[in-house]
Amino acid sequence: MNSVINKNNFVQSLLKILPSQCVLHEAEDLAPYECDGLSVYRATPMAVVLPDNIEQIKTVLTLCHTENIPVVARGAGTGLSGGALPLDNGILLSLARFNQILDIDTENRTARVQPGVRNLAISEAASTHGLYYAPDPSSQIACSIGGNVAENSGGVHCLKYGLTVHNIIKLQIITMQGEELTLGGDTLDSPGYDLLALMTGSEGLLGIITEITVKLLPKPAAARVMMASFNDVATAGQAVSEVIASGIVPAGLELMDNAAIRAADDFVQAGYPRDAAAILLCEVDGNEHEVADELEQAKAVLKASGAVEISIAGDEQERLKFWAGRKAAFPAVGRLAPDYYCMDGTIPRHQIATVLTRIHELSDEYGLDVVNVFHAGDGNLHPLILYDANIDGELERTEELGGRILEVCVELGGSITGEHGVGMEKINQMCVQYNSNELTQFHAIKYAFDPDGLLNPGKAIPTLHRCAEFGAMHVHHGQLPHPHIERF
Amino acid sequence: MTSAADISTTLADQVKTAFSCRQPLRINAGNSKAFYGNTIEGDVLNVNAHRGIIEYQPSELVITARSGTPLNEIETALAENNQMLAFEPPLHTEHATFGGAIATGLSGPRRAFTGAARDFVLGTTVINGKGEILSFGGQVMKNVAGYDVSRLMAGAQGTLGVLLDISVKVLPLAEKEITLVFEFDQQTAHDQLRQWILQGHAVSASCFTNNILSVRLSSTESSVNHSISELGGEITDNNIWIQLRHQTHPFFTDNTRLWRLSVPPATEPVLQDHNQLIEWGGALRWIAGEDAIYEQAAALNGHATRYALHTNSDSDPFQPLGPTMLKLHRQLKQAFDPELILNRGRTYSSL
Ligand SMILES: Cc1cc2nc3c(=O)[nH]c(=O)nc-3n(C[C@H](O)[C@H](O)[C@H](O)COP(=O)(O)OP(=O)(O)OC[C@H]3O[C@@H](n4cnc5c(N)ncnc54)[C@H](O)[C@@H]3O)c2cc1C
Repeated sequence: MNSVINKNNFVQSLLKILPSQCVLHEAEDLAPYECDGLSVYRATPMAVVLPDNIEQIKTVLTLCHTENIPVVARGAGTGLSGGALPLDNGILLSLARFNQILDIDTENRTARVQPGVRNLAISEAASTHGLYYAPDPSSQIACSIGGNVAENSGGVHCLKYGLTVHNIIKLQIITMQGEELTLGGDTLDSPGYDLLALMTGSEGLLGIITEITVKLLPKPAAARVMMASFNDVATAGQAVSEVIASGIVPAGLELMDNAAIRAADDFVQAGYPRDAAAILLCEVDGNEHEVADELEQAKAVLKASGAVEISIAGDEQERLKFWAGRKAAFPAVGRLAPDYYCMDGTIPRHQIATVLTRIHELSDEYGLDVVNVFHAGDGNLHPLILYDANIDGELERTEELGGRILEVCVELGGSITGEHGVGMEKINQMCVQYNSNELTQFHAIKYAFDPDGLLNPGKAIPTLHRCAEFGAMHVHHGQLPHPHIERF
Repeated sequence: MTSAADISTTLADQVKTAFSCRQPLRINAGNSKAFYGNTIEGDVLNVNAHRGIIEYQPSELVITARSGTPLNEIETALAENNQMLAFEPPLHTEHATFGGAIATGLSGPRRAFTGAARDFVLGTTVINGKGEILSFGGQVMKNVAGYDVSRLMAGAQGTLGVLLDISVKVLPLAEKEITLVFEFDQQTAHDQLRQWILQGHAVSASCFTNNILSVRLSSTESSVNHSISELGGEITDNNIWIQLRHQTHPFFTDNTRLWRLSVPPATEPVLQDHNQLIEWGGALRWIAGEDAIYEQAAALNGHATRYALHTNSDSDPFQPLGPTMLKLHRQLKQAFDPELILNRGRTYSSL
């Protein structure tokens, strides 16, 4: 009852400072905002606020700061870790209306954009100048650049061109106290601490990003892709290391296992070898001479590494066909089972074969199929676990299997997330990746920006208390994983 | 050469003791970049003995080494496998260390084309101001678990933590690397360079001074040969990049009082009455002279650093930070180093 009164009072306060079209509070208006791309987690916020201008963002933050109301930022809501999951005692701050490309500076090869601009829209706008924005998450037609910065998103071409953090130079942010700050600059470096790097990937916990200046690159004159088939997955995994060791940095190097190959081929008729245990798609780009040289070199290496068949896309149409299968892989796998769960761990490249074996064993143990299609070149796995949410307990088992896979990644020297972020989803696995001193250091950083803990609380960085509880759930052979953490 | 040794716990104990008695510490390794920051007080915390390559598998494109490892040792190991630190850390003396390179975050001629020190940092193990040993990031290319503390350490000059172990991404050496020189005025040099980059020529460094434009090209054999035939100019050896990187080029030996001006690359010619050398496709301009140029830098959307090689500075050399920014910097410093004992005042006197 109390919370209803609070909610009504707070909505009234919002309506006093904002035009009514900027505040959603009726149940049917809130429903579309209950979750992000990870729909297994849902919550209804007190209100969704859709500001039109920077002043309104400041006003809202100031009000929330005074009233001690948590704020969750939302871009396009395509996040896969529950980062933009609302809190029922807070507001969801949507940046959707900040959708303007403010400036394209062809001389300095940069674009200044608002946070709600879609990733692909930047490359489209830059295209007439022969330029593009390099990071290309598969969700690029929908996801926002603000969300990309908050997650440090990657894509197929990150192996050569880097992640979001390598492709932005300046951010405007507003802190929870309503203060505006510029991080980075129009230059290649800035005085003071590298707050641009710190803000990138901070999942909406440190500030609201209100403007981004991205780097634009000249579009490469040429790009060629080859497809190499393998009789077993481990050999394909090893071939990835061989390619990199040979001194080539491919623009993309993706691995698909047999289940992924078949699903993609059924879905978009990509012309994949349906009986291969695995394929590697290896793309090289640059000027025509580089491309010709590297293509030859990559072909020789792949052959020597055990590829049984190699085909090089003859023209642009065939190149796009090869990629179509990879790009449609997730929806294609989606047709194999009622539901699938996408994981996102990373490992050192030389562990690809090992991790795939371990995933296979875990898949058998849990009786759930796992399909693998991933950014092999940078060791970023995306195991897709097939399940049926209508079967009692199957989602829980899926989540547990996912958690086990991530723990294997950490054990092999990798990380629990390469590009999708921790959000709500991997909050427990953070306790596996970091010890209590490290987590305490993270909290201290958060405190420096947001001492009241009002920006996206409960996400990305677990409390020690939470880790203690999680640890207690995972007592193996009587050993506590975090014996040094206080238990409450 | 001193042998490899892991002295992490000894160093952490020293910091712990300093923390409990609030004793400021001055982190010292090769001492090759003492000029790049304020002279500071404090007991010396010597990380020199913390050295050695911990892990290096060329196929991973990653090297992990202790902070006191001489840069020379790292670059030799990489060169044996046709790889390099692509940010070309500048200012080697034989004493310069890996930790010093990352702590100052400085980058050499290749920076504008392949990235800065911070771009290549993947993971660090550090001692914070309480004497705790903490690890962030890792040896993998992608890791978004937790805040990116490792990149934050690059350029923080030890004010947030003592670097112990660092993992950086490395890149393969190009098959062929050559230098072309041209005689141009500044505007023509800028326009030409820009056009070549747009055309896809594999430019990996640029330098303009005294109406001479030098351009380095790094790529496959046939790609570089193609550029040579297209661009013209005169081929010379690649020495100039070593001289620029380590600042032994005559411009740096003739002008010891310098300003390092960082501006948007397309910024028109500025401060024309000063002797200058321009790198990074226009983004980095070395300006000879004594008088502060902070205001001019700010007006150009850039920033300036007083850069007096081989002399210790006596006041904050870096572009002043605005009040809100400085406040946030102080809070962040507190977060890592609550007693303000690590390299206090090295970058800004209040940090
Ligand atoms: C089919 C599909 C494919 C995908 N492929 C990839 C891929 O290849 N690579 C990849 O990296 N990701 C991928 N993703 C994940 C997702 O698209 C990215 O994480 C994306 O960056 C999220 O952007 P968004 O605008 O949807 O952010 P949201 O989901 O709305 O938000 C994500 C996080 O950012 C915060 N946030 C958003 N905007 C701001 C802001 N302005 N200021 C501060 N914080 C903010 C939110 O609070 C939240 O924590 C994929 C998702 C889907 C559904």
